[in-house]
Amino acid sequence: MTCTDFLSKMTDYFDGQVQPEFIEEVRAHLCECSHCEVVVNTTRQTIEIYKDHEIYELSTETRDRMHKAIMAKCAECR
Amino acid sequence: MSAAVTLIFAECVAAGMERVRTEHEFPMATTPTAITEVEIHPDVALVERAKAGDVSAFETLVKQYDRQIFRVAQHITQNREDAEDITQDAFLKAYQKLDQFQGNSKFSTWLVRIAVNESLMRLRKRKTSKTVSMDEDVHTEEGSIPRDFADWSPNPEQLYNQGELGDILRKTINGLPPGFRTVFTLRDIENLSTEETAEALGLSVPAVKSRLLRARLQLRERLSRYFRQKKESTA
Repeated sequence: MTCTDFLSKMTDYFDGQVQPEFIEEVRAHLCECSHCEVVVNTTRQTIEIYKDHEIYELSTETRDRMHKAIMAKCAECR
Repeated sequence: MSAAVTLIFAECVAAGMERVRTEHEFPMATTPTAITEVEIHPDVALVERAKAGDVSAFETLVKQYDRQIFRVAQHITQNREDAEDITQDAFLKAYQKLDQFQGNSKFSTWLVRIAVNESLMRLRKRKTSKTVSMDEDVHTEEGSIPRDFADWSPNPEQLYNQGELGDILRKTINGLPPGFRTVFTLRDIENLSTEETAEALGLSVPAVKSRLLRARLQLRERLSRYFRQKKESTA
């Protein structure tokens, strides 16, 4: 397996959807290719860091204001 | 849906059951008594109550999904005021069109789709040439080929304080083409499945996979530059 082959399967690899016949090939490639190993590790960190950090937070006040506005508009259209 | 199936479905919803057995709607000739397990999402009961006029049920859905809808709108429009307006408009539109929700997909996926459409419409109204299409720049290969092979150690969270890291994450994801940014947001931040993301964006599953791969690689490459710089400057 080449690095290009591996990259083409990386999304499925993260999602656990690599076809069984390719799993061993993927693992073998990762054992022998330090570059792809780094790419996998840092891509996984990329996903986790975005999952773990709420970069667009909503304050309680804003949420309350939005809820009131939404429910008022809904009441108008009933 | 047959009357019998509808009745079973309505009874289960009324009873608050989350998992029921129901007769297959179109049983195969060879297995006329085939039984299929159907999972019913808890939102289905709330939607049914809201359709029947129970406003508090809809309010529960608002409280459940407002943050998600706001984040999706903010990621697409990159504007906080627009995101707040879109969140309100998306819920209002969902309320007005509840009868059109047939339950073929999750309520949240249906809602996200409304929010994505509202966000894109808002961008078009701005009449700027920037970021009005989900297809813009998606053919670029820039940043999709890994060039940085440095490990991130120690962990970025140990290198930056919360505020600094938040700025880097915002700046980095905002630099992605909108078609990549939106797929990454739905799939990796909001945890929609690949199929749900495809449905919400009106894309094919292969298109979602392709954009997701390139979005992840581009983000990794850009973040790597920050973390490498920080490491080098603190070395």
